[in-house]
Amino acid sequence: MNEHQQTLWEFMQQQSDKLLVQTMQHIGLTFISLFIAVLIGLPLGIYISRVRKLSGTVLGIAGILQTIPSIALLGFMIPLLGIGAKPAIVALLLYALLPIIRNTYTGITGVDGTVKEAAVAMGMSKWQVLFKVELPLAMPVILAGIRTATVINVGVATLASYIAAGGLGEFIFGGISLNNTNMILAGAIPAACLAILFDFLLSLLQKLNFKKVKGAVKVAPVLLVILSCLYFIPSAYGGKLTAGFTPEFMGRQDGNLGLVSKYGLKIHTIVISDAVMYKAAQEKELDVISGYSTDGRLKAYNLIVLDDDKKIFPPYYAAPIVREEALQKLPELEKTLNKLSGLINDSVMTDLNYRTDYLHQTPERVAKDFLQAKGLYKNPQQSGGQVVRLGSKIFGEQYILTNIYSMLIKGYTNYGVETKTGLGGTKIVFDAMTNNQIDVYPEYTGTGLLAILQAPLKVVEQLHGNKDNTYNYVKTEFEKRYNIKWLKPIGFNNAYALMMRRQQADELHIKTISDLKRYLDTK
Amino acid sequence: MIKVKDLVKTFGATTAVKNISFEVAEGETMALLGTSGCGKTTTLKMLNRLIEPDSGTIEVDGKDILNQPAEELRRNMGYVLQNNGLFPHYTVAENIAVVPNLLKWDKAKTEKRTIELLEKLHLSKDYLNSYPNELSGGQQQRVGLARALVADAPVLLMDEPFGALDNVTRSKIHAEFKVLDELKRKTIIIVTHDVQEAFELADRIALMDKGEIVQIGTANELLFNPVNNFVKDFLKEQHLQLELKTIKLSDVWEYLPLDGRRINTSQLAATAGIWEALDTFKFYPRENINILNQQSKEVRSVTFDQLLSAYSQFKNQAAQ
Repeated sequence: MNEHQQTLWEFMQQQSDKLLVQTMQHIGLTFISLFIAVLIGLPLGIYISRVRKLSGTVLGIAGILQTIPSIALLGFMIPLLGIGAKPAIVALLLYALLPIIRNTYTGITGVDGTVKEAAVAMGMSKWQVLFKVELPLAMPVILAGIRTATVINVGVATLASYIAAGGLGEFIFGGISLNNTNMILAGAIPAACLAILFDFLLSLLQKLNFKKVKGAVKVAPVLLVILSCLYFIPSAYGGKLTAGFTPEFMGRQDGNLGLVSKYGLKIHTIVISDAVMYKAAQEKELDVISGYSTDGRLKAYNLIVLDDDKKIFPPYYAAPIVREEALQKLPELEKTLNKLSGLINDSVMTDLNYRTDYLHQTPERVAKDFLQAKGLYKNPQQSGGQVVRLGSKIFGEQYILTNIYSMLIKGYTNYGVETKTGLGGTKIVFDAMTNNQIDVYPEYTGTGLLAILQAPLKVVEQLHGNKDNTYNYVKTEFEKRYNIKWLKPIGFNNAYALMMRRQQADELHIKTISDLKRYLDTK
Repeated sequence: MIKVKDLVKTFGATTAVKNISFEVAEGETMALLGTSGCGKTTTLKMLNRLIEPDSGTIEVDGKDILNQPAEELRRNMGYVLQNNGLFPHYTVAENIAVVPNLLKWDKAKTEKRTIELLEKLHLSKDYLNSYPNELSGGQQQRVGLARALVADAPVLLMDEPFGALDNVTRSKIHAEFKVLDELKRKTIIIVTHDVQEAFELADRIALMDKGEIVQIGTANELLFNPVNNFVKDFLKEQHLQLELKTIKLSDVWEYLPLDGRRINTSQLAATAGIWEALDTFKFYPRENINILNQQSKEVRSVTFDQLLSAYSQFKNQAAQ
């Protein structure tokens, strides 16, 4: 594709300092949460082995915690604990609890009754029976539980990057958003290696005989604390303002890379998912965030967009893109999709987003209300057998657009509609299209230019951030390379933007990104 | 030494032990004999309070044990379990040292005592650093016994101690058990369902059924003066063997011939049972054995037939 395809090894070397930091954070997160989970789970397991009628309840609750999807659990944590390490650690430790409690309970209740009776009959006190007999004999089972918990934690810790807790997830999710396989692998391979490594080390510990376990059990807490501390090494720096950027933004030329190279902006940055970024900005956990200029939360949380005075953010005009094949097979499709062309400008889109993101209206309702207001809504026709497959990325705006298109297609043609929404980032949804799994999805010119086509810097500069030039360039290139057609732009420009709380920006007299840099540079 | 009075224990709706009373003198070995579920193990476990009685009193050495801290009480009572109950994560040495460590003995004392016991129990010192699963069943049981004896507690409780062993190993350990000096000065209560074992090892036997003691007495008393048909039936199957083992040569002394042919072989003490005497015959022609009566310093010599005939006469006499 490009003049030079970077190998994974080159990428990892180039990013080695980031990789090291992320790995240390990853190990740290895993073991802080594991350590606390052991502190809670072990006594709890012992307690329910004594008071057995509680065991069902306690194991039940721990089991339910285990079944909560990790992303959802992280989401629950934000209102309670904000963003960053704290909620990530709590979420991870909740996942680690079940195997630890269950195995402690199973291990202790599984100790031979005769042996326990002998211990009591020798004149041991309750605690002596526990520490000298039950725990040592249950240790292999308890260690197996800790081993399971460790592997679970290494896996779930990749999601911690969603709430700005760092770890190898930064590369993984950044890579997915940026359509950068090397970046995904640079996060995924070390994460997998960590899981295998810790699993292996713990299996060794498990196989030690009783004599050696006595020593190992004393060393383990110290080791846990040391590994836990790794987390704090990288985050020992701070700054006047804190920025929260999405993994995608971090790796883009029209994102953080451009901010650094064009503006020379140096700001203390944490990586965070866009799902929680706005909320974190409103709650003053973050001061500067990388948002989308049409995001509804801009309005809801009273944020302002900083003016991009050096024009590093290219235009992101949205338009439906369709596989040529589908256009030929479904002759009515292009005309129908183009009905929306020019109807949604920035403020309309922001308003629509505001309704879903903040008023929590369903995308269906927002779509229908919009079409009815424009007089475009028609009741669905009888489906004639041919099906249009609609895709969308995993955020509200895309859901709304997909719903609008779905209603238009059903109302104006006799095609059926199949929607595949929530297809992760650009990479996932675009791969789905090139693999003939979806026919249509709304894409943005800037994303097409930088993330998909990965246009060389020279080309990007030639386009001068011009809306029409960019559209024409991606339209031509997509036809040529992928046989995919860009239909007419919908109208709005959902570009990247830096945002701040209105009040803070006013206080600091920051209106443009250059103002922000000046403020940060003054000591 | 041990005084049990009106002991009662119920588990839910079932009464495991109903109003049991008995006494065991110092140095005596008492067997609690009965079938499974008769309450013998429950009775034993109440003596070291592994099971707390519902009512009744237990005195050991004149002190009410129910008012003593249970842990302290147990450290002063040896306890041997059926499946040895050795700690699988402790070596032989560590297993034996459990009670000494609880009693905070110094290392040297524990070590000396451990080695002394191993010698008495015919266990090699090489096993000190072995784990229980590396030993045979008989060896494990010996270690279990050593662990119970190490602190030299005056009372020893044994719960079917030899029940899990094969017959050969069991009779070997029985023989050692009887001559072990450590045990001679102890008050022992042994729970068993094996009539032979009870008769062989115990001074007195308490035969239990359905949570009650049916009869308590010496082997002789149970055999020849059973209080009811239950006792009779319980012993019926092995009656002859038990009698031959219980009746001593001295009991049939008057029926042994005076003019037996004395030959120069070893002598058997008259305190031995008839069974043991019969067992020494090697069966060659005109074989005699010599029996020494310690009290009268008299020696009589008998053949196998003469010995059986003496037993028969003794039985006829008793029947009249």
